[in-house]
Amino acid sequence: MTTVTKSATRKLTIARAMAEATAQEMRADPRVFVMGEDVGPLGGVFGNTRGLFDEFGAERVRDTPISETAFIGAAVGAASDGMRPIVELMFVDFFGVCMDAIYNLMAKNTYFSGGKVKVPMVLMTSTGGGYSDAGQHSQCLYGTFAHLPGMKVVVPSNAFDAKGLMTAAIRDDNPVVFMYHKALQGMGWLGTEKGATVPVPEESYSVEIGRAAVVREGHDVTLVSLGVGVHHCLRAAKALEEEGFSAEVVDLRSLVPLDRDSVRASVAKTGRLIVVDEDYHSYGVSGEIIASAAEHADCRLKAAPKRVTYPDIPIPFAPTMEQWALPNADKVVAAFHQMMRES
Amino acid sequence: MQPTADQRRWMYRHMVLSRYLEERIEALYMEGKTPVFNMAKGPIPGEMHLSNGQEPCAVGVCAHLTADDIVTATHRPHHIAVAKGVDLDAMVAEIFGKASGLSGGRGGHMHLFDAAVNFSCSGIIGEGLGPAVGAALSRKLQGKPGVAVAFMGEGAANQGAFHEALNLAAVWQLPVVFVIEDNAWGISVAKQASTAVPRNDLRAAAYGIPGHHVADNDVEGVFAAAGEAIARAREGQGPSLIEIETARLAGHFMGDGEDYRPKGEKEGLQARDPIPRYRQALLDAGVLDEAGDVALVAEAHARVEAAIRFAQQSEFLPPEAALEQVFVESGEQQ
Ligand SMILES: Cc1ncc(C[n+]2csc(CCOP(=O)(O)OP(=O)(O)O)c2C)c(N)n1
Repeated sequence: MTTVTKSATRKLTIARAMAEATAQEMRADPRVFVMGEDVGPLGGVFGNTRGLFDEFGAERVRDTPISETAFIGAAVGAASDGMRPIVELMFVDFFGVCMDAIYNLMAKNTYFSGGKVKVPMVLMTSTGGGYSDAGQHSQCLYGTFAHLPGMKVVVPSNAFDAKGLMTAAIRDDNPVVFMYHKALQGMGWLGTEKGATVPVPEESYSVEIGRAAVVREGHDVTLVSLGVGVHHCLRAAKALEEEGFSAEVVDLRSLVPLDRDSVRASVAKTGRLIVVDEDYHSYGVSGEIIASAAEHADCRLKAAPKRVTYPDIPIPFAPTMEQWALPNADKVVAAFHQMMRES
Repeated sequence: MQPTADQRRWMYRHMVLSRYLEERIEALYMEGKTPVFNMAKGPIPGEMHLSNGQEPCAVGVCAHLTADDIVTATHRPHHIAVAKGVDLDAMVAEIFGKASGLSGGRGGHMHLFDAAVNFSCSGIIGEGLGPAVGAALSRKLQGKPGVAVAFMGEGAANQGAFHEALNLAAVWQLPVVFVIEDNAWGISVAKQASTAVPRNDLRAAAYGIPGHHVADNDVEGVFAAAGEAIARAREGQGPSLIEIETARLAGHFMGDGEDYRPKGEKEGLQARDPIPRYRQALLDAGVLDEAGDVALVAEAHARVEAAIRFAQQSEFLPPEAALEQVFVESGEQQ
């Protein structure tokens, strides 16, 4: 892993950071190519392939037909034959039409071949709602993808991590699902979370897949989250600080592998745990994190853990309903207060 | 198959109604979203796919349908919904996310369901084809009359679901008609870059069913092809495929810069706008006169304005209503 030496001052959006990492890897390795819907001249509807078509041309940046089963399956075939494809599923919600290629092929071919077949591909896909795109365009589905064995899953919360994780994902000899939240992409029309646009070094570097980051230190409660939830947690931590409490914020960054040790270390220190996840409440990341903490002897909890998640309902269109259902910083603060009342 | 004078006026009226609805939605959609376009803002947040220019596909097909027949539409559903007779007030209220909307604001513009006229749509490409086949099967098994029509874009004809649904419908000889609205673009990807054959109706041969091709966004060409296909389906002779050369006069969605379009394409399409063309054809044929046209347009505008007022004056559901209607009480449905 390259360590970053130069101090960066230039800020990038996650979309730009993803494109930059991809371009650098494409320059370095002729086996890397990109395909998906509207990834060519348009540069991806969420901006993460901007500029690639101009530099690398139609041979290596391929617009596909709307045929996810075919082109994601094709990426598996190409990856197994020595290429390193990066393929985009435009919205994670569309996984239904192509999940077989993802979890029966991409994720299992290495196992079936006794480790002899490598599937070094990146499946990038957008997640999340908050702008009234309703039930088929707003899901996170982190738990769904992380649940199925054989593929790594990363979810960056800021542009620095996005670039480093993308580089690592492309270089990884395993399939990596790169899930980027739309509200973090830095696309003006999506109403962007500003905290995601951070200084990013120009040179190539990687962020290790499978390592969480403590993005804020504290000792009263551990707030664990991923993607846009990290920003809710940081805001909540600020609000709690004004009340005299100090919250530690852990950004998971990677769901597979999952850095349980970092979560446990933090919870062992604070004794309190709140998990924030925009994915559905049940059977998801929040349950996994709480279980990981609870099953470990060092994690003596001073209070019952809590989760701030999306309820188990399809995502409604009307902003009144959707905004009410989404996690936010106020809900995190409220969960902490509730926790303190209960203990 | 020739439309009667009444059918011609019906088709024209519904084209006008749909177009004016879209123009008003477009204007209202932009409220609050500028100067920097922000999709989350304004009275109609979220994605918006307008169907300006594609009206001939909807009216030419739906002129042959009754409320009893089944339609599954796409992410670009408004023109089809209007022609199928979806309750306009409830539809517009749904687009605004209001309590009086078709689902109380849970679905929004890509998920309009009106069981009263057997209309549904979906935001996933190719998703309506299977349900149309299933509805046709259900009618056949129950001995009930009626046909199912699945609308899709030309981009959707490359989805696995397209090929699977056509084959299944053909093997089982089901009363279903597949209608492709070929507007030449799937977001920024041109048809010729994504589709191995120049015309999707040629693909009908692969399933041993009739294929129809309608050129130049021609309303009565659609009417004729759809009439034949639907009659065939009603007579129990199985499915057909129709591809209509149509035109998307707007961007893929609102906010689309449309840089992918070749220069001048849009102006060319606008010059061939099917509505003024059809108006002129009807005037020339003496089916419509100037006074009649003015009255018809005024009536359509009034209807749309009333629906928009209804939507604007409606309330939102309380936020907690998001939790309701995930399930029905057993026995409650149908
Ligand atoms: C399964 C799936 N893949 C991708 C998309 C994203 N998407 C929405 S519309 C669209 C283009 C559709 O083109 P076409 O079928 O020709 O219909 P049009 O938009 O031109 O009416 C795409 C790729 C989607 N909604 N569902």
